[in-house]
Amino acid sequence: MIPEVGHFALWLAVGVTLLLGTLPLVGAHRGRTDLMALARPATHVLLGLIVFSYGCLILSFVNNDFSVLNVASHSNTQLPLMYRIAATWGSHEGSLMLWLLMQAGWAWAVATFSKSLPLPVLSRILAVMGLLTLSFLLFVLFTSNPFDRIFPIPAEGRDLNPQLQDPGMIFHPPMLYMGYVGMSVAFAFAVAALIGGNLDVMWARWMRPWTTVAWAFLTFGIALGSWWAYYELGWGGWWFWDAVENASFMPWLVATALIHSLAVTEKRGSFKSWTVLLAIAGYSLALLGTFLVRSGVITSVHSFAADPKRGAFILVMLAVTVTAALTLYAWRAPKVGLGARFSSVSRESMLLANNVLFIVATAAVMLGTLYPLILDTLGLGKISVGPPYFDAVFVPIMAVLVFFMGLGPLARWKNDALPALAVRLRWAAGVTVVSAALTAWIGGKITLGSVLGLLMAYWILYTVLAELWERVRPAGGVQANVLHRLGQLPRATVGMMVAHVGVAVFVFGVTMVGTYDIERDVAMAPGESTTVSGYTFTFQGTQPVRGPNYEAIRGHLVVTRGGVQVSDMFPEKRVYKVQRNPMTEAAIDSRIYGDLYVQLGEPVAGEKWLVRIWVKPFVAWIWGGCLLMGLGGIWAVADRRYRVRATRESPTNAGGASVAR
Amino acid sequence: MMPVLAPILALILALILALAASLAASPPVQAREASPASADPILEARVMRVSSELRCLVCQNETIAASHADLAVDLRNQVREMLRSGQSEREIFDYMTARYGDFVLYRPPLKSTTAPLWFGPFIFLAAGLLGLWWLLRRRNRLPVEQFEPDENDPHDVLPADRPRT
Amino acid sequence: MKFLRYLVPMGLFLGLLGFLFVGLGLNPSEVPSPLIGKPAPAFQLTRLDDPAKTVGREDLLGKVWMLNVWASWCAPCREEHPLVIDIAKRKLVPVYGLNYKDQTRAALGWLANLGDPYTATLVDADGRVGIDFGVYGVPETFIIDGQGIIRFKHTGPLTPDVVRTRIEPLLKELQGAG
Repeated sequence: MIPEVGHFALWLAVGVTLLLGTLPLVGAHRGRTDLMALARPATHVLLGLIVFSYGCLILSFVNNDFSVLNVASHSNTQLPLMYRIAATWGSHEGSLMLWLLMQAGWAWAVATFSKSLPLPVLSRILAVMGLLTLSFLLFVLFTSNPFDRIFPIPAEGRDLNPQLQDPGMIFHPPMLYMGYVGMSVAFAFAVAALIGGNLDVMWARWMRPWTTVAWAFLTFGIALGSWWAYYELGWGGWWFWDAVENASFMPWLVATALIHSLAVTEKRGSFKSWTVLLAIAGYSLALLGTFLVRSGVITSVHSFAADPKRGAFILVMLAVTVTAALTLYAWRAPKVGLGARFSSVSRESMLLANNVLFIVATAAVMLGTLYPLILDTLGLGKISVGPPYFDAVFVPIMAVLVFFMGLGPLARWKNDALPALAVRLRWAAGVTVVSAALTAWIGGKITLGSVLGLLMAYWILYTVLAELWERVRPAGGVQANVLHRLGQLPRATVGMMVAHVGVAVFVFGVTMVGTYDIERDVAMAPGESTTVSGYTFTFQGTQPVRGPNYEAIRGHLVVTRGGVQVSDMFPEKRVYKVQRNPMTEAAIDSRIYGDLYVQLGEPVAGEKWLVRIWVKPFVAWIWGGCLLMGLGGIWAVADRRYRVRATRESPTNAGGASVAR
Repeated sequence: MMPVLAPILALILALILALAASLAASPPVQAREASPASADPILEARVMRVSSELRCLVCQNETIAASHADLAVDLRNQVREMLRSGQSEREIFDYMTARYGDFVLYRPPLKSTTAPLWFGPFIFLAAGLLGLWWLLRRRNRLPVEQFEPDENDPHDVLPADRPRT
Repeated sequence: MKFLRYLVPMGLFLGLLGFLFVGLGLNPSEVPSPLIGKPAPAFQLTRLDDPAKTVGREDLLGKVWMLNVWASWCAPCREEHPLVIDIAKRKLVPVYGLNYKDQTRAALGWLANLGDPYTATLVDADGRVGIDFGVYGVPETFIIDGQGIIRFKHTGPLTPDVVRTRIEPLLKELQGAG
């Protein structure tokens, strides 16, 4: 009964989104307040229905209702409760339900937290979000129903893929989908503005916090995925440029360009049509990613079971959604003004450079990801495009971007001069070179990649410090308290600095682990040891261990450094009872200056076991940097100017709480 | 400059020193030393490096260095033998592509069909930066009336345009 | 004319859509063989039924023949086996088996149970010859012509459709010509 009720709720939701997607739009066009007023309550009802429907799915999993095909395929009575809940999004159908939940949630959030938006604008935005939700509802109901029954009812389920029985499964998909679906908010803002014909500074100001929050979630989601792959898959890597990783990375690159473009549109009214195009592109790439994962056109570790019929449906969704948006763009954009003027060397032009470089990077990633498909469709053979290509192509583009990243925040708005800019930067440039040289010399190994990476990381760090100094130093003759000025810094500025430092931390981590990573394969008998990078690993032997739904052999290694015990590590080899595929669980001791990573291999003659040991310097800084980036974004959104309601709705509102510099 | 910078520089110096400490080796402890998993770790490292550029045809989402599939193990053995007998990486890649096609290489070879792939990003980069430069120049040539007045600056005149007083 | 510039994103998108649409009909994980049109690799393998005898590539020149790669541990091989038996029974082409990475006892037992359509089965215990043929899974089937050139490869189990639409016409063409 419960699955049927959940299924019915989805059909009711179709009705709600049909109303939401049409009536408020008509109301905004005709000035009918009664129709526009339908939008907010409709999103509340929509959220209620989707939450209810999702709840039915959760109940089916928790209660081990194997009459539901999805539950029988992806769950098991011995599966721990938290993974039974996570398994709701562990399949194609279930993950679409998660997408729907996020979509309804974001729409509700926009409806609830946008008191200052004029009603016509809000109506259009919510209507667009309603239509997007409708497309996914139809996709679920017509091709991917999670509530399908199976008969005869199996006594046991096939269990969730053991690789997904991990805390990573609990956090990574929801966080990632929050980001993906959050891009639909930016898309809706853009399309609503195109429909209404009012692209102005206020529009950018309203849109910016929503986009930044979605970007932050996308950052967290991708970082979590990378970290999970690192500790789960056991080959010590953290990014493979796999098609699905790229599918999440492309919207992130565009979203990053977007939040920077919005900075200029909000402040100076420039780049308006460009910002609209980016907002459309961000969500389009999220849809493209969904298509790539579920259609079978690209092989990937992440692909759900490939089904060309589902692929065709999403392709149609992608085609309709994006064509409609781009048609509106082609219609309205030519009439949009140029915004305020700025000179060739100015913060605006630096941000424009930022945008160009992010788009170039996105294009490069897309080219590499889709090229095998393109060649295949043209009958020109089958190739593979993997990490050697992407690393070779992406790093130079990022190097140029990072260079501009140092210039941008220190350039003055509207008009600046290169010599003056260079003077402001000369200290940072000097210290960068010295620090990079020092670090490389101390580290011992010097490669082109390591030098470039260190220069990039230190350049970002020191230019942020230089900007900080510019903002808090005693100005003119006024000896104002530096600490006081520090406290006075707007959150948007602090957030930006934290996020940029996060990038520096990220680049530092990538460079260090890429250059100074050490791997050693040994055959160890109990009592034997080996020393890697000053850490001595002594093997204590193995013992059998029983888990809730698996059996394992657990090894034990004691780690010492300079005679002092530092860690106990327990790598395992597990066999899950239902799916019976063997899995290794690496033991990782994560420290600030690096990770100790131990993997148990096969037993060899006598009592020896093959053990693989890594010492990975600063690898946690990779995800720590991403965390800082996201937190910086969220801090920036908490800026006072977004919490102050706009007092006037006039598009030429020049007052308000603009952050002057 | 100094009051703000001193603590920051000290922090960064401490970081670098700690880095030094973490990367340096300390004398090994007196315990029975485990033997390396293979007879020739340097050869193994080369095997892994070459294998990490080859795609596992069974799982297709892993390199043959990382994959546990039978075929991956066989191909790694093949790589090891070829390296041991002194063959070059180029010869190993040729061997693999002769049997499995270009699909097996994660680094796509440069050919007429892959030229757009390899040159594309750099063309994009050049085109993007050139386009940027051209756009900025064109914008600056437009008369002031084409732009909207700056909402944040009532005296929206570029310093160069201000009448000299 | 300025208006046209704003249609560029749409144009690019429609181009992308075209590729994606065609891509839906393709199979990205199928690896085409680079050996089609090239000579079969050299080999000299012992027979499963008589380890004292060997068969080499040169022994098979002058006739069109089919190589069917199988193993007793391979489930899809079991599925396609009746088709292979049928091909042998209809005398369409001599079929040679390549027993890939298998145990002799298990392989003999498998053939005893399911039938032995092969003119001879060759033992490739370590899979080396398989690698030379570009084998990456079992079962796979090759057709080699009288000059020793590989003319066709099929990965995965044979289906009646493949036999009828690809193999039979090719055999007719090859055997008719030489």
